Amino acid sequence: MSKYLLDKFLYTIDRDPELVERYRADPRRTVEWWESDRACLILNCPDAERSSWLKFTDSEREALATHDYVTLFELGAHNFLVLTLFIALFERDYEEPLAFQREFAAKLSHWSLPYPDIST
Amino acid sequence: MAKIAAVIASTHHPFYYRASTSTGADRPPFADEWVTKIEAFRETLTRANPDVLVMVGSDHFHQLWLDNYPQFLVGKAPFYDANYYNEEREFGLPRMVLQGDEEFSAYLLRQGLDQGFDLAFSNELRVDHSITCPLITLRPQADLPIVPVYTNIFAPPLPQPWRFVELGKSIRRMVEAWPSDKRVAIIGTGHLSLELGGPRQFGPHGPDPEFDRKAVSWIASSDIDAALAEVSLDSLWLPGNATHGFMDFMLMMGVAGENVKADYTDSLDLFHTMEAYFTWYPTEASS
Repeated sequence: MSKYLLDKFLYTIDRDPELVERYRADPRRTVEWWESDRACLILNCPDAERSSWLKFTDSEREALATHDYVTLFELGAHNFLVLTLFIALFERDYEEPLAFQREFAAKLSHWSLPYPDIST
Repeated sequence: MAKIAAVIASTHHPFYYRASTSTGADRPPFADEWVTKIEAFRETLTRANPDVLVMVGSDHFHQLWLDNYPQFLVGKAPFYDANYYNEEREFGLPRMVLQGDEEFSAYLLRQGLDQGFDLAFSNELRVDHSITCPLITLRPQADLPIVPVYTNIFAPPLPQPWRFVELGKSIRRMVEAWPSDKRVAIIGTGHLSLELGGPRQFGPHGPDPEFDRKAVSWIASSDIDAALAEVSLDSLWLPGNATHGFMDFMLMMGVAGENVKADYTDSLDLFHTMEAYFTWYPTEASS
């Protein structure tokens, strides 16, 4: 399990307008590319000085590849990162203000405290 | 010595800028009341006539990342660019450039380290809406130099609530001992009950109005003992999964001083979260 890597994916996609669009349009291939190409980049190091060991579990990869924010919540991805990126991905598809955010909440309504641990 | 001109604690609602500047059909029904409250709150800072602002906030996973995460950080730079693409995208926030005060930053870092806070520092910090929202509400001309202070309310493991209070007390002591003739306003923003990315998000009110009622009472009277007796890192999950931002209010209670009543208190019940605004004017005796 790599909550850190899930968060790193969400963080690095969310801060890049082109990657947001790419992840919206083609999530599975974006996740595959990112895992093979970007997952081991250390953000403040030169490209050559990368890590060697970071990879998703199958369930993490599948949740990202299917835009499954309920499973991401359950896997302990950071709530703020999930929400921010998924608003960028899908809020535009809803006419009413905050309709996507409310649907997001409703899909998690089977959850009560304690929520999954987001510690990394 | 420097003089504390005002201590201000506030929520930072990233939707205020868009709500207050929108017109016609885009203007939400609550905007006018919100603007009226903000303008009255702004006057409490204007009246204090500050020369420099210490701004306490928290990076929302913009520049600070989990490969190297500071618990408490002080900016030391001549300028701070501000706001990020995802804040433009989601909230319509403008890009800003803020002036720094490196001498004051260096002083706070040195004194903080010497008084037991191993403060991280940044010589190139792009601040986010936790710093710019209170500027937009309280000082929209953004014409005063700032010293940003960032706290970790986001990425567990977090410091304990009492550490936030102690840092607030230290900041006050350090500012009061700063050999300068400047008038310093210390402004910090946090959250009341708040849920983000969970089942209780974006409801008609904050997720826990009872917590909000108690929290406003604790802050307005700076009742640090009562807050510390009820608040823990574990308990803060209960009112909402982003409520650890309340610890920035606890820091500001430390700045304001134990049991010192706020001179100005206001709040506004909005969808999603409650807004709350507090100002203390230190008396001659206490400053």
